[in-house]
Amino acid sequence: MDAIEHPLRKYTRPHVTRTTTCPGCGNGIVAQAILRAIDELGLEMDDFVFVSGIGCSAWIPSPLFAADTLHTTHGRPVAFATGVKLGRPDMNVMVVSGDGDLTAIGGNHLIHAARKNIDLTVVLVNNGIYGMTGGQTAPTTPLGLTTITSPYGTMEHPLDISATIVAAGAPFVARWTTAHPRQLTRSIKKGLQKKGFAMIEAISQCPVQFGRVSKLGKATDFLQHYKKNSISFSKASGLSREELAGRIVIGEFVDIEKPELSSQWMDLKHQMGQEAQCHNKQ
Amino acid sequence: MKKEERLPAGAHFIMGNIALAEGAIAAGCNFVSGYPITPASEIVNRLSVLLPGAGGGFLQTEDEISAICAAIGASWAGCKAMTATSGPGFSLMQENIGFAVATETPLVIVDVQRLGPSTGVPSVGVAGDVIQAARGSHGDYQIIALSPESPQEMFDMTIRAFNLAETYRVPVFILADAFIGHMREQVVIPAQDNVSLLNRKIPAPGTDPMSRQDFLDPAVAPMPVFGRGLKAHVTSSCHDKNGMRNLSDPASMHAFIMKPIEKILTQRDRIVETESDYRSGDTLLVSYGTVSRSAKAALAKGRAAGFKIGLLRLKTIWPFASKEIEAAAQKVKRMVVLENNTGQLFPYIKADAAAYCRVDFMGPRILGQIPDPDDVLKYIQETT
Ligand SMILES: Cc1ncc(C[n+]2csc(CCOP(=O)(O)OP(=O)(O)O)c2C)c(N)n1
Ligand code: SF4
Repeated sequence: MDAIEHPLRKYTRPHVTRTTTCPGCGNGIVAQAILRAIDELGLEMDDFVFVSGIGCSAWIPSPLFAADTLHTTHGRPVAFATGVKLGRPDMNVMVVSGDGDLTAIGGNHLIHAARKNIDLTVVLVNNGIYGMTGGQTAPTTPLGLTTITSPYGTMEHPLDISATIVAAGAPFVARWTTAHPRQLTRSIKKGLQKKGFAMIEAISQCPVQFGRVSKLGKATDFLQHYKKNSISFSKASGLSREELAGRIVIGEFVDIEKPELSSQWMDLKHQMGQEAQCHNKQ
Repeated sequence: MKKEERLPAGAHFIMGNIALAEGAIAAGCNFVSGYPITPASEIVNRLSVLLPGAGGGFLQTEDEISAICAAIGASWAGCKAMTATSGPGFSLMQENIGFAVATETPLVIVDVQRLGPSTGVPSVGVAGDVIQAARGSHGDYQIIALSPESPQEMFDMTIRAFNLAETYRVPVFILADAFIGHMREQVVIPAQDNVSLLNRKIPAPGTDPMSRQDFLDPAVAPMPVFGRGLKAHVTSSCHDKNGMRNLSDPASMHAFIMKPIEKILTQRDRIVETESDYRSGDTLLVSYGTVSRSAKAALAKGRAAGFKIGLLRLKTIWPFASKEIEAAAQKVKRMVVLENNTGQLFPYIKADAAAYCRVDFMGPRILGQIPDPDDVLKYIQETT
């Protein structure tokens, strides 16, 4: 009897038979949420360009996804993706990368892409640490946590990425955890359908590096922790800072319409009697 | 909306930076990203006006890092992409210049050099980034860099830069400087029909990336641009000819470094251009960029005064014109290297020429001031 093939296998490169992700890592859940969103929307992989930076999460689409994939330098995927989108406004351009990549070294690009409202879908995998380089402090590491580079406990306040990107003007921002795969998938679908900058933050377990310093335990313990400590955006809005300490606020924070950059460029070129796309005729 | 027109064919009295922008449009450039910086700003200013009417787009980015990244992204989306900057911005671009090299991305990068280091003097042209252009990113690699000496060459060399980028799938640099960028001179713009344009090769659609050999081909592989169902895998990490990451096989690592280098070096005779005017036994003035104007004036004046002098100008700086320098060194008595910096190419020239003739460096008396032709002749007389 033939082995049963995973229903999402058709979206991955046939020759890629293993990933670099550790057992129990949240990256697998995020990868599935992305592919399921594409599947449920009935989109074609050939209409996608996946762009990622450097870090464990950046390896979600690269080389796994059977589509055009651009694996860039640390922190820069949003900047690369902006050029791709302006060059091919008809393509779905999705960025998948980690919290360190997209908010530390790449924070400025993320803020400005949200401000400019260019039609990218950014899946930001927030594991609260630098996984790939061995467990150093990230901008998202909880206050006081002892990591490799904060041996006396981090004294820096963590960044609320979703709130920052809402403030930067993105028309769609959502946050879920890997314990909410259905909601995560649904928001990725909405992000893909949004004509504008959409960021979906996925709080995700790194049982290897974060697990080591936080003593949170195995992957399943992380998922329990996420379930127990998550609170919906609507419920959270009535609570005080003290009441919210240690809680993960989840939900869709913003979902509005506003003029988008690549389509404004197409309109401008059209008004000037030019072809909408700038790619080579050859 | 009023469409801003490019300059018509014919003679114009324009600034070098404007000539470069017009050259980009003539070359079919349709994506430019940049962050304003003196003395390069007029290039992006002008292109932001011209591009929409020429079917292109202009993006003012949050910094030069995003400018080069966006240009690389646009190139993979099929655009003829360019970015223009000056010293500090050029430094910020270096990491991703390496990315463009490693991924074999066609791209034009303009550096209108200014006096440095650091913020230096924006309005003074010192050709201080000549080595950085070739060695500024980490690791081993080769690039193509052109060195214009006039506003006319700002136009002509921009077209050549795009054609070289498309032909060899490489980033191509234009190393101008503040003097050429801001100088106004006659520029003859040809009719568009007389501009020959080259385009990258793209593989046939529908083929499996594992059966294609999209990368690491010294004969230049077709480029699997995005959006054509080619399922390209593009990574700047060490990869094989299919583009797939390989971080363990020594042969792959060797190929990853060497093949893109070979791609440029095996074609060097097609790429390297020099201008020469010398006779046997001459004192040869070797120069490039702005300072070669002074060398040319010294040549004319000196010959009229009975000096035995000749000239060799490097129109391409990289790949390096070793062959041409060595050939000249065998004929002349002495080389005097004139550079608008503290002698960045001097060691390279000396390495190729010193076995055959004497090689001296004549730097500017005051950095940022182009030597007076009379000074050049005086130097030759006093040091002979
Ligand atoms: C310019 C540069 N600086 C540093 C690094 C080293 N580096 C690789 S991954 C990484 C952090 C990744 O963290 P994150 O984005 O949170 O991803 P994760 O591995 O946790 O998924 C760093 C600092 C690099 N590759 N490039
Ligand atoms: S180190 Fe952490 S984030 Fe990286 S693959 Fe392993 S579990 Fe995942």
